[in-house]
Amino acid sequence: MVATTRKVNPPDGDRRWKIVEATMRRHGYASTALIETLHSIQETFGFVSRDALNYVAESLNIPPAKVFGVATFYNLFNLNPVGEHVFSLCTGTACYVKGAGEIVDFMKEEFGLEPGQTTPDGKLTFMVARCVGACGLAPVMILDGEVVGKLSVEEMKAKIREWVNHDK
Amino acid sequence: MMTPTATVKTFTIDGKPYSATEDETILDVARENGIDIPTLCHLEGILPTGQCRLCMVEIQGSGRLVPACATKPEEGMEIVTDNPRLRNYRKMIVELLFSERNHICAVCVSNGHCELQSVAQKLGVNHVRFAYLHPRFMLDGSHPKYEVDHNRCILCGRCVRVCEEIEGAHTRDLRNRGIRTMVITDFDTPWGESPTCTGCGKCVHVCPTGALAEKGKSVAEMAKRRHFLPYLALRRRGGK
Repeated sequence: MVATTRKVNPPDGDRRWKIVEATMRRHGYASTALIETLHSIQETFGFVSRDALNYVAESLNIPPAKVFGVATFYNLFNLNPVGEHVFSLCTGTACYVKGAGEIVDFMKEEFGLEPGQTTPDGKLTFMVARCVGACGLAPVMILDGEVVGKLSVEEMKAKIREWVNHDK
Repeated sequence: MMTPTATVKTFTIDGKPYSATEDETILDVARENGIDIPTLCHLEGILPTGQCRLCMVEIQGSGRLVPACATKPEEGMEIVTDNPRLRNYRKMIVELLFSERNHICAVCVSNGHCELQSVAQKLGVNHVRFAYLHPRFMLDGSHPKYEVDHNRCILCGRCVRVCEEIEGAHTRDLRNRGIRTMVITDFDTPWGESPTCTGCGKCVHVCPTGALAEKGKSVAEMAKRRHFLPYLALRRRGGK
């Protein structure tokens, strides 16, 4: 495959696009650099916007449908901006058996959040993971990067309420 | 395509001896010889992906099942295409397909012309032992000529492959994974607004069910036309 020689301009004047551009350049604008570039966008901007997807598709000469397919296949890429605080819940087998399902219901009842959603005020995002690889600590939840495990469902609910209100 | 140096492999299918050239799959040989192996995602002219798992066959001496559409026979292989175990799995696959979306034949544009329906009939699927999920999918009727009803989609990927391999547009792909998988157009854009779609309609005609259909068709009126496909595939390989 001949790499594109056409210069594609970033969606806007944000200087952070330089980082994304550098990633693509490092891979010679090869279509195989797709995942690497998406990682770069995710790390730089915190999420992968529609404009970003379009920029990658055009820069690397990859069909839009394929870019969208790859970006949605992996849980790591967020297509929407995440909130100020991120609550991740593991719903892998072990955590599920230990009651993670009830916490999913709790998040819906208490905060009106389905997995992947953010509160309208942009404060809290609820994410689920398939397995975080800490099954020994099941049920596992991650509060802004802090891993909390081995709690009962009721203790988890209390902890979540406390954590949500800690900076109010 | 036979070349003078081609090696021919001999093997048996259901106890009878057959031979194949290097580029033939188990399914090719079976079909040539009138042995029926059910398929849904396979279509001559586009690459096999082995994703529907209906064409699984048994190889004697190995407990593992292999997809006939994507497996080439090997010298001395003893292939079994039909037995109670395979029939049980195939029925289960079709039942799971039915339970996953909303396949209501009586109101479907492809009733009577549907491959899922005919495979189910052939396998004797007269009930579904799994609870229906009854998902709610929107229809996309934004394209001037065609429409897509995801309720009838079985995610075989034929439309994705024909668009990429034959038309060269790659307008379609699959988004998400697992139960949330869905066929999309570009960035999940409405079909009618897609800048990459050429409106050729090949995806509509390779679709095994009524998921992709021409507009204006009523119940049972959507018969698919596929005569173009082997010809296009041959031309693409440089044949005449």
